[in-house]
Amino acid sequence: MNFQAIQGEGWLLCKAEQLINWGRSRSPWPFPYGTACCGIELMCALASGYDMARFGAERVAFTPRQCDVLIEAGTITKKMVPVLKRIYDQMAEPKWVIAVGACACTGGVFRTYSTQQGIGSIIPVDIYIPGCPPRPEGILYALLKLIDKIEADHPLYKKRQQVVEALEAGK
Amino acid sequence: MAKEIETVCVTTGPAEVGDYVALNIGPIHPAMHGTLRVITRTDGETIISAEPEIGYLHRGVEKLGENLTYRQFLPLTDRLNYCSAICNNVAYELAVEKALGIEVPEKAQLLRIIMMELARIADHQVLVGILGVDLGALTPFFYLIIQREEIYEIFEWHHGARLTNSMGTIGGVEAELPDRFHEKWPKMRDSIRKANDETDRLLTHNRIWMDRTIGVNAFCADDALNWGFTGPMLRACGVKRDLRKDEPYLMYDKFDFEVPTGKHGDVFDRYMIRMLEMEESIKIIDQAYAMYQDMPDDAPLMKKVPKIIKPPEGQIYHAIESPNGELGFFIKSDGTDKPYRIKIRPPCYMVYQAFGELVQGEMISDLIACLSSINVIAGELDR
Amino acid sequence: MSLMDRIKDCLGTDLIEISEFRGDVCVEIPKNRVIEAMTSLKEKGGFDFLSDVFGVDNIDLYAAKAKKAKKKKKGEEEEEEPKKQGPPPPRFEVIYLLLSLKTNERLQVRVRVPEDSMDVPSVTGIWKAATWPEREAFDMYGFKFKGHPNLRRLLMWDEFKDHPLRKDYPLEGKGEERHLNYDTV
Ligand code: SF4
Repeated sequence: MNFQAIQGEGWLLCKAEQLINWGRSRSPWPFPYGTACCGIELMCALASGYDMARFGAERVAFTPRQCDVLIEAGTITKKMVPVLKRIYDQMAEPKWVIAVGACACTGGVFRTYSTQQGIGSIIPVDIYIPGCPPRPEGILYALLKLIDKIEADHPLYKKRQQVVEALEAGK
Repeated sequence: MAKEIETVCVTTGPAEVGDYVALNIGPIHPAMHGTLRVITRTDGETIISAEPEIGYLHRGVEKLGENLTYRQFLPLTDRLNYCSAICNNVAYELAVEKALGIEVPEKAQLLRIIMMELARIADHQVLVGILGVDLGALTPFFYLIIQREEIYEIFEWHHGARLTNSMGTIGGVEAELPDRFHEKWPKMRDSIRKANDETDRLLTHNRIWMDRTIGVNAFCADDALNWGFTGPMLRACGVKRDLRKDEPYLMYDKFDFEVPTGKHGDVFDRYMIRMLEMEESIKIIDQAYAMYQDMPDDAPLMKKVPKIIKPPEGQIYHAIESPNGELGFFIKSDGTDKPYRIKIRPPCYMVYQAFGELVQGEMISDLIACLSSINVIAGELDR
Repeated sequence: MSLMDRIKDCLGTDLIEISEFRGDVCVEIPKNRVIEAMTSLKEKGGFDFLSDVFGVDNIDLYAAKAKKAKKKKKGEEEEEEPKKQGPPPPRFEVIYLLLSLKTNERLQVRVRVPEDSMDVPSVTGIWKAATWPEREAFDMYGFKFKGHPNLRRLLMWDEFKDHPLRKDYPLEGKGEERHLNYDTV
């Protein structure tokens, strides 16, 4: 992040995209979607020992409408699939997803009739964390990776692209 | 989903839906501990009826068990009650050992006891912490979680995993107590006691805490037995029943410990029993540790068991006292290397089926208190 | 009096078979006498606590046994064909785990259920603890518990068709999915 602050006169010089990304990456509010064992490790990562709030995940939002990152920790069963989809759809843009643990990535040890084999086929996932369960450090690392990803994003360019596409489709 | 809720309500109760507000809590809700879902009908704040809906974490463990060998199934038992995975491991190992008709060496038994009681402490700490969080007392959670991290550290030294332990194997335990344990335990015992004391001072005589827990969903002993309650939930109702005393397994009959019981079966009693049990667990660990140190260094840790385990044809059931109550494994063997049928009897399953009756007539906020005090673990509930 | 004798006493003519394996006693009772036998076990026998109820599907067990018997016969006399011996034994079992709180004895009670008549009397009237286990057994095997207050699926979703713990249901399922489209629900 390279701001050019011109001293004394209240000027700040940078690209708008940079400013947006800076704001977004410093406060990824998580939605802890803990369903199983990995949820317990997520709890550890959020609590005093590891303290995810250090990286800006300060406010644990328990409502999908006020969060940025969906942290999906644990097995998703086929019975749960519509719920997960619905929660994801309720989140406001921009939104990111972290899949914690083997179960969320691929179904893990449970290759059975009732387990969804990975959440990637239901919702788009940004970061996959392997492990059964991953350690809290792993979850923190994933959050840092996500922050990197947010900073490399081009929100305005994407928006423009969308508008152009929509216009072209309209013609 | 609105329609779905309606249909569920229509099929579950006699009263007309129109008269009451149908309120769906869960499956993803901060107070619902994972994947639980309760469909309530309320009159204002009062609950007319509550119907728990489960199965959102049904992963087919029992079916999977029929397709794995006896040794391969052991890691899956971790994923049942992930708050105290070691108790699940030991319960399963004991069940298979019963089917094989063997008994493990004494040193391994002591090791299992020490680790199981540590897991019990960790489990109760989480429960008390979460109960506090759900009732609005955030501080004890942070004290207890730090303590639990230390217990996890010991697990990590001993068998290399924090949460999903897979401790031991059929026929024994793989390793002795780590050297660092000998230094750590005296210090840790004090710090666990300190954290518990602190929690006790913060909560037990706190006016708000007392108002929110005393007399909230009291349950009588006869009903509890009829519904199949076990463990702390039953002891809170005043029934002195603990499988460690009543059907001693491992070497539990050699230890001196108390079984705390409550009187009213309300949330406060359940909380108090957990607090007292942690102290008893510390006592047990101390005694087991002293006995462990008296053992010769080269005492065996493993019983000789064939590599491929094939119990003779027959069916057995073995239960232990897990932190939540009676955790049993039923194994039907057909003489091959895979179990023909495995049935897990999870303790919280029996308690949770009475949930509708437990919370009827209470306030919505008491429903949350009740749910946390039961300690429903979705993994073992749905299997 | 030993446990076996007491159970024999208490069940009387309802007892079909009694066996012991590693100290676990298992008795078999006829399907249509479940309620009476359970009541007498509870009141006379002192087994006042129901631990669990679940089903077992024995089809593979019988198949394996038949195969073994066939093999043996072939080894002895190759010409003789295996004779059919009566109707096949009932496919399913329901197992009740009972416990006596006073004496801490455990008992397994087995009821055999043939595939063509899956209804079993429900014991929810005696122990409420059977409510969910029976629902689960219905879900997983398809037993119809007569007299159960609310026999719906418990673990699988309502539209699910099969009974997954039956031995002929594949482990990875038959590709069932829950609909994703919640707008039309
Ligand atoms: S990845 Fe492992 S620890 Fe995580 S939810 Fe799945 S089984 Fe549990």
